This record gives sequence, C-alpha cells and structure tokens, in this order.
Amino acid sequence: MPTGKETHTDQAKPHRWGMVIDLDRCTGCEACVVACHAENNIAVSNPEEAARGRVNHWLRVDRYYEGQFPDVKVKYRPVLCQHCDEAPCEPVCPVNATYHNPEGLNVQVYNRCVGTFYCANNCPYTVRSFNWFDPQWPEPMQLQHNPDVSLRPGGVMEKCTFCIQRIKRVEESADAGSRPVADGEVQPACVQSCPAEAMVFGDLNDPDSKVSRLAGDGRATKLMEELGTKPKVVYLDRAR
Amino acid sequence: MAEHPELLPYGIIREDLFRPLSRAGSKWWFTVTVCFLLVLAGLAAWGVQLRDGLGVTGLNRPVFWGLYIVDFVFWIGISHAGTLISAILRLTDAAWRKPVTRAAEAITLFALMIGGLFPIIHLGRAWFFYWLIPYPNARLMWPNFRSPLVWDLVAILTYVTGSAIYLYLPLIPDMAQLGAHNKPWRRKLYTTLSLGWTGSDREWHALEMAMKLNAVIILAIAISVHTVVAWDFSMSIAPTWHSTMFGPYFVVGAIFSGIGALIIVMATLRRTLHLENYLIKRHFDNMSKLMLTMSLLWFYFTMSEHITIWYGNEPKEMGVFGQRTRGDYAFWFWTMVVVNFVIPVTLLGIKKLRSITTAVIASFGVLIGMWLERYLIVVPTLVTPRLASATSVYSPSWVELMITVATFAAMILLYLLFARLFPIIAVWEYKPHSPEEED
Repeated sequence: MPTGKETHTDQAKPHRWGMVIDLDRCTGCEACVVACHAENNIAVSNPEEAARGRVNHWLRVDRYYEGQFPDVKVKYRPVLCQHCDEAPCEPVCPVNATYHNPEGLNVQVYNRCVGTFYCANNCPYTVRSFNWFDPQWPEPMQLQHNPDVSLRPGGVMEKCTFCIQRIKRVEESADAGSRPVADGEVQPACVQSCPAEAMVFGDLNDPDSKVSRLAGDGRATKLMEELGTKPKVVYLDRAR
Repeated sequence: MAEHPELLPYGIIREDLFRPLSRAGSKWWFTVTVCFLLVLAGLAAWGVQLRDGLGVTGLNRPVFWGLYIVDFVFWIGISHAGTLISAILRLTDAAWRKPVTRAAEAITLFALMIGGLFPIIHLGRAWFFYWLIPYPNARLMWPNFRSPLVWDLVAILTYVTGSAIYLYLPLIPDMAQLGAHNKPWRRKLYTTLSLGWTGSDREWHALEMAMKLNAVIILAIAISVHTVVAWDFSMSIAPTWHSTMFGPYFVVGAIFSGIGALIIVMATLRRTLHLENYLIKRHFDNMSKLMLTMSLLWFYFTMSEHITIWYGNEPKEMGVFGQRTRGDYAFWFWTMVVVNFVIPVTLLGIKKLRSITTAVIASFGVLIGMWLERYLIVVPTLVTPRLASATSVYSPSWVELMITVATFAAMILLYLLFARLFPIIAVWEYKPHSPEEED
C-alpha cells in the first residue's frame, strides 16, 4: 500500500546522473580544473605544499606519454569522482560521512567527517582530497566564493559532487514549474567550461538523453570497471 | 637453589619482591625524568598538529596513512605479549610461568593504552573521535557498523577493559599483603585495591575461577583484536592489502613482537631489580624457544604472502612487490628478513649460542623488524596507487617522529612507575600451600 512518503521517494528517484567524457575531444587545456575550483570554493595550495603533493583538485587531467622525444604523443584523461554505484569509499567510513544519495550520487557530508582517511585509501581512482590545513585563498579570491557551496574546515575530506548545487537548483525550478528536467539543463562547471565540448552530463535513466546515447557508443569504457565499482563516468576512447 | 625459586623461604621471597617498592635508585629517577620530558615533547608535537592541522605530517595524497598507523599496529602487536603468553601459561598450568605473567600482563595494558591513542592522533579532526562511539547524540545517527574502523574501536575498547581486569585480578592477594605498608598513602592505595581480601578459601576459589575464565576470554579477544586490525587493511581493495591471510599473519606478527618486548623487559627487571634468583636461565630458554617458533611461523607467512603475489604476477600487486623487494624500500625489506628471521633463528636455534644476552639481542632485532614490517605493509601500497598518475612519495615529518619516540618513552615511563607501585612478580604465587611451610 503506497503511502505519501513512498510516493515522494519514488518521485525523487527518477534521475541517475552520469557523465560521458570523449577522450578524442579532450585537449588537456584544464579549463575544467579551473572552473571546478571557482565553482566549488576549493582551497588554493601554495607552491611548497603543491610540491609535496598537497593540491586539492576535485578534477585532474592525467597525462599519458607515448613515444620518445621529439616524437611524443600525449593522451589526456580528466579524472574526477566516478560516482560509483558500488563505491568502495562508502562502506568503510565509520561516521557515514560519505554515502549514496537517492539519486545515486556519492555524496560527502563535511560536517560528519572526522578525517580517518579510510575512504581516500580505498578509492582506486585517488580522487579524494583532504584539507591538510584550514583553507586559504590568496587575496582577493575569497571575494568570489560561491554562496551555494559550503566552505570546508581543515581536517575533512572532500571530493567532486557532480556540482550537486547546480543539480538541486535545476530540479527545484523544474519542480516549481511542474515540468520534467530537460536534457542538458544541468551542467556541472567542468562540462560548461569545456571549450571542446568533450564532457556531457545528464540523466542515465532517460534512454533518449545525450549522455545515455553516448554511453552506448562503441568507444565507451569505464575506468577500472574490473573492480566492480560500477562507475557513472563513461570515457569514450580515442578512435585511433 | 637458584634453579628453584620455589624452594626459597617465603619470607625471603616476600622481602626480595617487595623491596623495589620502597627503594628507588638515582638511575630510576634519571630514566623517569628523561622519559617524562620526552612524553611532554610528544604532547607538544601533538599540540602543534592539533593547532595547525594534519599538514604538519609528511602525509599527502595518496599516502593518507603513515607513521601513526604503523605505530598503531606495532603497539597493538606488542600488547599481545601479556595476554597470549600469560593466558596460555595459566591455562596449561605451566609452573615456570610464575615470575613471568605479571610482567607480561603489564606490557599488554600499557601497550594498548599507547596503541589505542594512535587512531585518535591520526584523525583529521581528533576532537570528534567520539563520533565513532554508538550513543544517543544530537546528530541522531548511529556510526556505520559496516566500517572496519568501528569494529576496531569496539575490539580495542574491549581488549583494554579485559586486560585491565586480567592484570588486576592476580594483584588482589598481593595488595592485601601490602596493606600493612609503612607509608600512609601507599597503605590507603593497597587497602583500597585489595577490596577487603582476607584470604579465605571461598575467596581463593572465586579468584582462581575468575582468573581461569578471564584467561579463556582474553585469548579469544586478543586474537580477534589483531585480526580486526589486519582487516582495516584487508577489507580494502588496495593492492596487496586485500589479502585473505592478513588476519592470522598479523596475529602471528603480534605475538612475535610481544615475546620480543617481554624478553627485553624480563632481562631489564632481572638486572635492575636483582631478580637473578627468580628470572632464571630456564625462563629465557623457554621464551627463546617460543620466539624461535614464532620466527619460523612469521617467515612462513611472509613467504606465503610474497610468493603468491610474485607467481600471480598481477601488475598492480607486482608494483608494490617491486617497491618492497628491489625498489625504494628494498633495503628495509631485506633488513626486516635478516632481523626477523636470520638472526633469531641463528642465535636461538643453535643451542650453543642461546643465552640471555643473545635472546635480548634477538629481541631488539625482532622489535625493529616488526616495526619495519608494518611500515612495509602500510607505505609501499599507498605510494603505488592503481592510477600511476597519482603516484607519490612519503617521508615522515618531525611531528610524526617526535610522537613516535614519545610513545616509546611513555611505555618505559608507565612501566617504571608500575614497577615502583606494584610487585612486578606475583608474590602470592610462591606462597606455600600449608601454613606450616611458612618459614
């Protein structure tokens, strides 16, 4: 017997957000990395800390080199949280700071995090960032903080949220207009900023969405799929 | 006579074993002061870390676990000295256990108190450590019982409680004997702790029963605790951590290092408290044989672990294997094999070479080797993540080193204080059964 509550959950569930990244289109310009920093109030590291591996990027562009100088080919692969359906980071957190939300997003609740690092150690993609110190922004960057995103204190883990604040905003405005969310209406900062349009974001539950169609492409692969993590980020391999 | 301390008159035994409580030499004061200062320095280092953040450590992405976790596993390992050795000896009713058990049980409690601090020290927000405890809270949340870290918390709290009781129970009859001590504050302490012990038959039976029961329970707890510690690693999917045999491997390593610690403590007590009549060559001989067994077992486990990785040749696991056996960590890996296997087997396996001195040398080697083993489990895996682009290096900072040193000082400090407050050998165990035998 359906109750009001169940109906509500069912309505909240139709989306399954996912991303497709076309490696053939990626030029490795890192506009996505900058956009991600600006959108999500990610703290800025300094040169000394960066040299020690203390950089907070929710999204990084991995480079793979082929051949010997001067005949070198570089391949790029933007790596962000894969929002795994079977996320290895989730069960190991003792305080439920990272969990699966009803829309399948792997979310991080900063206020619950005590910093055990277990999630980060168990992430095969190494996409989790830790706030080694209280966050800092060089003047005047603190003036451009995004009011939709909370600032994280030192000592907590953080990572890509698929720009959940943008997802929520679109969902709320769609709800207010009693209309479905249109395909392509939600755009995370990285997707929006990609000049080559290598990244596509959308609802994997909608078979007609651009992201679903691309995910069925012959070039589609998932990173380390063999681990059974069921990632929701799909890479389109280079054609050659 | 020295071969059988039981044959000494009970009055002399009492005299010998209670003497250290009332007299402290300059060496004792010196060591206590040095250790106390080191502990203060460690606390200061922790204070810096709490003030500035975990950035003061050498940790980075992807090496999120470092020296603190190594120390944690090491100290929990040391704690296995007391419980396992003392419980096994109690249950098998081995007569030679008498002068060994309390010394071992004290190691357990102190090593656990120290080891149990490390999971808190390594937290990003240490002041919220209690969020792992299930209690009614303003967050209206349970902790995540699926997380091995919650299992860890439960296991270690149980173990600390159990081993405190396990150390305390056999202390009761000695406390009653010390109730007539000449210093008023000591008299008060001992009378309170003796819980009104009169030494009636009923009390003795109850105590014997409680100690037997506790020995059985503590054995099960000890084994499960180190298995759970191992599961912190093996429940993950990191290359080489995800191993089915980590549970027993860690338990064996823990007992191995625990015996090493116990031999060193026994030799020190024998020397400084003049217990040559009590801790005799036979005790060291037996402990050496136990350590020899554990050395062979440890080698067997280490070999099984590495030979299967090598033969399986899975690229990610081989990355870690290469780091350990011929990469950045090769020197430490082969040092570990020498001090954990070659040296103990040579010194303790060849009868002519086996003596108190060689047992102590081998024990120091084993402690170093087992610390290295934990380092070689934690760090090489993390510096070689699955995506090569995230590869990093790790070297501990002064804060991590200071805190590590401070915990060794804390162990010595706690032990020295304990040996001044309580007889380190259970005196009542030597009490003759019939009253006429009392000198």
